[in-house]
Amino acid sequence: MFRKFVMSAAIAAAATLAVQPAAIAGKANDELVWSTNREAAVADPYYNNTRELVIIGNTVWDGLLFRDLKSGEFVPLLATSYKWVDNVTIDFELRDDVVFHDGSKFGPEDVVYTVKHTSKEENGVLTFKNVSWMKDAEKTGPNSVRIYLHEPFPAALAYFAQAVFIMPEGHYDSAPDGADGKKDFAAVKPVGTGPYKITNVVPGEKIEMVRNENYFKNGPKGTAEIGKLTFRTIKEMNTQIAELLTGGVDWIWDVPKDQAEKLAGRGGTTVTNAKTMRVSYIAFDVDGDSGDKKFMDKKVRMAVAHAINRKSIVENLVGSASEVINAACHPDQFGCATDVKNWEYDPAKAKALLKEAGFPDGFETEIYAYRQREFTEAVIGDLANVGIKANLKFMQYRALRDLVWKGVTPMNHMTWGSNSIPDASAITSHFFSGGRDDPAKDPKVIEALKVADGSVDQAERKAKYKEALDIITEELYWLPMFTYAKYYAYGEDVDFTPTPDEIPRFYTAKWK
Amino acid sequence: MLIYAVKRLSVAILVAMTVSLITFSMIYLSGDPAMALAGESASQSDIENIRRVYGYDQPIMVQYFSWLGNALTGNLGHSHYLKTEVSEVIFTRLPVTMTLGACALTFALTLSIPLGVVAAMRPNTLIDRIALTIAVIGQALPSFWFALMMIILFGVTLRWLPITGSDSWMNFIMPSVALGYYITPAVMRLTRAGMLEVLSSDYIRTARAKGLRPSVVLFKHALRNAIIPVVSLAAVQFGFMLGGSIVIETIFAINGLGQLAWESILRADLPMMQAIVLVLSCFYIVLTFLADLLNAFLDPRIRVS
Repeated sequence: MFRKFVMSAAIAAAATLAVQPAAIAGKANDELVWSTNREAAVADPYYNNTRELVIIGNTVWDGLLFRDLKSGEFVPLLATSYKWVDNVTIDFELRDDVVFHDGSKFGPEDVVYTVKHTSKEENGVLTFKNVSWMKDAEKTGPNSVRIYLHEPFPAALAYFAQAVFIMPEGHYDSAPDGADGKKDFAAVKPVGTGPYKITNVVPGEKIEMVRNENYFKNGPKGTAEIGKLTFRTIKEMNTQIAELLTGGVDWIWDVPKDQAEKLAGRGGTTVTNAKTMRVSYIAFDVDGDSGDKKFMDKKVRMAVAHAINRKSIVENLVGSASEVINAACHPDQFGCATDVKNWEYDPAKAKALLKEAGFPDGFETEIYAYRQREFTEAVIGDLANVGIKANLKFMQYRALRDLVWKGVTPMNHMTWGSNSIPDASAITSHFFSGGRDDPAKDPKVIEALKVADGSVDQAERKAKYKEALDIITEELYWLPMFTYAKYYAYGEDVDFTPTPDEIPRFYTAKWK
Repeated sequence: MLIYAVKRLSVAILVAMTVSLITFSMIYLSGDPAMALAGESASQSDIENIRRVYGYDQPIMVQYFSWLGNALTGNLGHSHYLKTEVSEVIFTRLPVTMTLGACALTFALTLSIPLGVVAAMRPNTLIDRIALTIAVIGQALPSFWFALMMIILFGVTLRWLPITGSDSWMNFIMPSVALGYYITPAVMRLTRAGMLEVLSSDYIRTARAKGLRPSVVLFKHALRNAIIPVVSLAAVQFGFMLGGSIVIETIFAINGLGQLAWESILRADLPMMQAIVLVLSCFYIVLTFLADLLNAFLDPRIRVS
């Protein structure tokens, strides 16, 4: 009986193991496999807000506009032109040669449907702020549409280019009912107009795409050259690298600096360091909510700012594409004034300021962080040099943000990616307009940002953002640290150019 | 016997429920689940919206008992993150983890039982030391390091084996060795100790005196008795491997239950986490029962008592 049991178990195990050859990516199969450590469980950019779905969203779907990275301008994509009618109304003329992946023709009805569906809060779009500024839409002609905004929102063009993807009319109507009785919009089969169409989704494992042979000609996205595109989740960076070296995957990113340097020295792969929209900053408890009142004194904040060698962190830890920033925004964002006060590295001055503030021997405090521990440890080392003993509290982002909102963190080292939106409203206004993320709630800053966010006069916007950024920097509500840079590694037969917005354009990639 | 079994089952179910309640509470202690779902760049209004839509604005106990009520009727809920039925995901991932666990256990038993027997036959000799060394190395090596070394050797350098995935039987070789090697020392030591005790017992001496062949004495009389505690240990270790294969599943990009559990914790997917804890608890219960049955089969004295 025991033998029978063992035999049965062995047969069952053998039956479970389906014998299939392992897939090999690459030029020979005309399949580019890219991998990250995150799962893309849902293939819908409105119901999955990971970076991976931002990338897939821009690959499988199109927006009305497109951001030309060379000029920084927003050019028509599904639209042929656009015009601001007033501060809250935009008219779009649309292309008439676009078809969805299911063969249906694209038209104004699709735009109206997308706007109406996504802008309803009860429909549960995950990053609702990407669409909440849209009020309504109406068809104004066979190839034209008018979109209404709740209030003036100059960053709308950026969102039309990178966050508002057009779905076919009635797309979500077939959504099944979830177990909770609500419509499960994320379960709908993905259909877009983009250069690639999704053919297979294995939740949490991979998403397979093939080139859209019916993609419209002469658009700003061009024509995709690679036949098949596959996204795979591989959690472990070492495994990603091993797969890259053996041809299992063709493209990875977020490679740590030391491993990237080793990979570059090994040959066979292309390693590139490129900047991203993410910035690093240190925020202070300027109103003393945490119980640690030291940071209410501007001299203490100045001492911290002078103590930290941001340039050294950039050069030694982050990567060559990173840069020190002085303003509370990314230099590539519209309205980000970079000519603000620069708190230079000067440890002697930091010590003198501490003495003036009543801490001749320094003090002990806590610094909270959640990302790249080594960056924060470098900050701690610099602070220790001037007598500030900062104890590191390293935790998950969601736990830390909760604490920041509760005001219990005297000093926190954070980052912000702005959802790759190239507009200062996506960061400066987010953090300094008086909300829970605002450490200072400075009325002058709030007022300046209100004007900047609500005006469609570009010059006025720039001036008001500058006014706000000057105050934030002068008062040191934040110490802006540096822009993030990312290491990309890809096969030497892949012709790929990284972009600063962290949205890889795989539809422009080619085989060498 | 039946009353005893029912009592044990009741206790086990209570344990499973307690574990699920503690897990539920601990997720809240680690941070706001609505914030985890909303992602890093979410605004305050996004997070509030998600909290309302997914019911995270309800008191924790209300949420817990609501889930428990549904689970008792067979409805394990809907994953907030994967946007699909929890039971569907679990039953898709479970065979992968079961296969990995079974392969790893097979490897561990195939290696450790012969090692234990050989070591017991020649105690305190060079063979015993070698067997012990092989086993101890398994315990001393961190499994992630051992897995990475195998990837470098067999995946990158020699290119004999695929590195990631679960598409073919070859994908399971390295993960099974990495996972199974870790439990080898415990099984080997238990086999060795059991064999040493049994080999010195009277009935073995009698069997030898009867002139039975050494192989019959060893395998039919000695091993069969010495292996009884190994069966219990193997059952527990199999349960451990089902729930604890997360590191190996992560390194080899195997889409199994361990990785699913870890991801569910990170993204605060409460329905998924609760269901995984429930399923794994049930597995432990079932495995313990199976171990008891096997022991009873191997040792008639247990059946009689």
